[in-house]
Amino acid sequence: MSPLAVSVLKVLACLGLMLANGVVMIWMLRKVLGHLHLRYGPLEMGPSGILQTTMDVLKLLTKEDVMPGAADKALFWLAPLAVFVPSLAAYAALPFSSTLRATSLDTGLLYTFAALSFVPLGILMAGWASGNKWSLLGGMRAAGQQIAYEVPLLLSVLPIVMLTGTTDLGRLVEAQSGVWAGFLPRWFIFDPLLWPTFLVFVVAALIESNQTPFDMSEAESELVAGFATEYSAMKFGLLFLSEFSNHFIISALAVTLFFGGWLLPWVPEGVSASLAPVTFILKTYVGIFVMMWIRGTFPRVRIDTLMELGWKRLIPISLALVVVMGIVIKAMPALARVVG
Amino acid sequence: MSDPRYEVYEAGLIGEGMHEPPVLPAGLRRSPSGVDGLRTEHLVVNMGPQHPSTHGVLRMLVEVDGEEVVNAEASIGYLHRGIEKLAEHRRYDALGTLMDRGDYVSGIMGELAAALAVEQLLEVEVPRKAHWLRSLTSELNRIASHLVWYGTFGLDTGAMGQFLYAMRDREAILDILEAISGQRMMFNYVRPGGVVRDLPPGIDAKIRAFVDGFENVYLPEHDALLGGNEIFQSRVKGIGVITREQALAFGLTGPNLRASGVRYDVRANRPYAAYPELEFEVPVGETGDAWDRYLVRMEEMRQAARLIRQLIDGMPEGPHAAKVPKVLRPPAGEVYAAVESSRGETGVHLVSDGSEHPYRFHYRAPSLFALQALEEIVPGHLIADVVMIIGSTDVMMGEIDR
Repeated sequence: MSPLAVSVLKVLACLGLMLANGVVMIWMLRKVLGHLHLRYGPLEMGPSGILQTTMDVLKLLTKEDVMPGAADKALFWLAPLAVFVPSLAAYAALPFSSTLRATSLDTGLLYTFAALSFVPLGILMAGWASGNKWSLLGGMRAAGQQIAYEVPLLLSVLPIVMLTGTTDLGRLVEAQSGVWAGFLPRWFIFDPLLWPTFLVFVVAALIESNQTPFDMSEAESELVAGFATEYSAMKFGLLFLSEFSNHFIISALAVTLFFGGWLLPWVPEGVSASLAPVTFILKTYVGIFVMMWIRGTFPRVRIDTLMELGWKRLIPISLALVVVMGIVIKAMPALARVVG
Repeated sequence: MSDPRYEVYEAGLIGEGMHEPPVLPAGLRRSPSGVDGLRTEHLVVNMGPQHPSTHGVLRMLVEVDGEEVVNAEASIGYLHRGIEKLAEHRRYDALGTLMDRGDYVSGIMGELAAALAVEQLLEVEVPRKAHWLRSLTSELNRIASHLVWYGTFGLDTGAMGQFLYAMRDREAILDILEAISGQRMMFNYVRPGGVVRDLPPGIDAKIRAFVDGFENVYLPEHDALLGGNEIFQSRVKGIGVITREQALAFGLTGPNLRASGVRYDVRANRPYAAYPELEFEVPVGETGDAWDRYLVRMEEMRQAARLIRQLIDGMPEGPHAAKVPKVLRPPAGEVYAAVESSRGETGVHLVSDGSEHPYRFHYRAPSLFALQALEEIVPGHLIADVVMIIGSTDVMMGEIDR
């Protein structure tokens, strides 16, 4: 096959994964939140309502696409794409196994973060173009929020990069293979040196995922529906889909960085390798479940508290962690090698 | 905004000196970015009547500087049904039906206010058992109403789980009230002279089971889930402070007044129904912020559970209603009767001209007073706080618009 055909197929595969993930996650969210809320979630369409999302997609496709008179038409069209495309692009570097990934990038980690950081731009566009005051407030919040969490998010993974000396997501996973003390997988989550890093990463990643308690730009009880207020039909569908896809990517990053990616502990190498994509996706969905759990439980923080958290807490803490890791690597290389 | 202050402000923005900061009238602050000549504008956003957290159909015109509110104006009337005028064409025993549709989440207490007023006009002696049944249903209703407040207050913060947990408990109460009165919300249970019917057999065991579970398991659970959450505490502490003086000046009653530190409760200060015979505490707050209002209402639920226990244990025997004529024709006169509803002093002012219809019927809705206070306390807060403040005062549009 020509390289171009291969690339097109890879993009289509990523798109397929993104759409399938959307369908599965929406159903999962409804079921998880339902059971957290003493409800059942969807029941009617198919067994356990499994076809509900499919029906919703059909509904979204057939709905009237309303464009507000006051909207900036070009931007209003462009915004869902500006959210959707980076979200799709972020799949490129995700390592589903040692070989299965769209592209093997030396800078995979940075690339994924870079792709994700485009999303708030699209949200700001959506908020601005809608010609609605609530949307505008939501978009502005997204813009302000982005700086407050993108910096600590990126800083928080630096200690891992320093420890392993790579930003290639595949090699980051390979660095976690093997076991400590005969039974404990050498995942970074089991490395006490990286626990503070993990905490900062979790908070920053939750903010990135843009859902309760950090769903500032949507905040349905404050801003009606924030940036998405004026969107309907499939444009809304795209915004929604991208959001779910971002959850998948964030959870996949957490799995890659801290939970050994595709690695399956305590089984022979061959089994682990053949199950790699399944392991990776299952681990990712466990992460997504935890995010949904948090979403179903916590109240929302206030926007200024969030900014303070980002600027005054997360950034200094993550900078300090980088310094500490530097000292450990330089001054106590033995310790860094043993645990890292 | 037709306020002349803003015309001055806008003229300053549009006029020749556009690049010079306009002279602001007293009471308006300039945003930091406005000082160095960058033009900033205030944004007037229309919050409601179709907004997820305006608790029905409240409309707030909020003028914001960024996210900070500089001015708020409440606009009401979207749920107006003309209850007061309708009452002039109803017979006296139908007033309760109208009151049910005023504050529709604590209907029993509204009915009771109307019944007390009619009884005062008629000078009927209500049997002791009727008093006790009225208090019992009132307190059950109070918990149900506070649970609605608790749930929607949580929803305002974005927490959804606890709303449905609250609805589960409320459902248990509504089942009990349905067994007692025959209806879930529009009870029409309290009538002039007493109550419609006696307790159905076996209901006391059901109530006891509910109170046991509620007091020991569910209420602590609710309190821990929302009040024990640090995010929630950071959202409500120090927000929407109503001082003692302000609270009195605005005529606040109920939990909103008590949260500001004034110990006034109609049940204790001007007792009615069975309350003189019962033991309960009136919780008060200190600072009058949203957190105090939360604490006061949570404690009120505890006290209501305690009252229900006493009421079930000491339920007297006897008739549940006095004999009153089918068509009530109270002598000409004017009375005011009040009860402590879950939102404050719900009062009924009734003027009779001796006919079978009231000459004038006035419904004192405690939420209306809380709403007036809102306009005063909201400026200076963020938009996110506005919904918290509205939620914390537990305004009920049904009784404001009537």
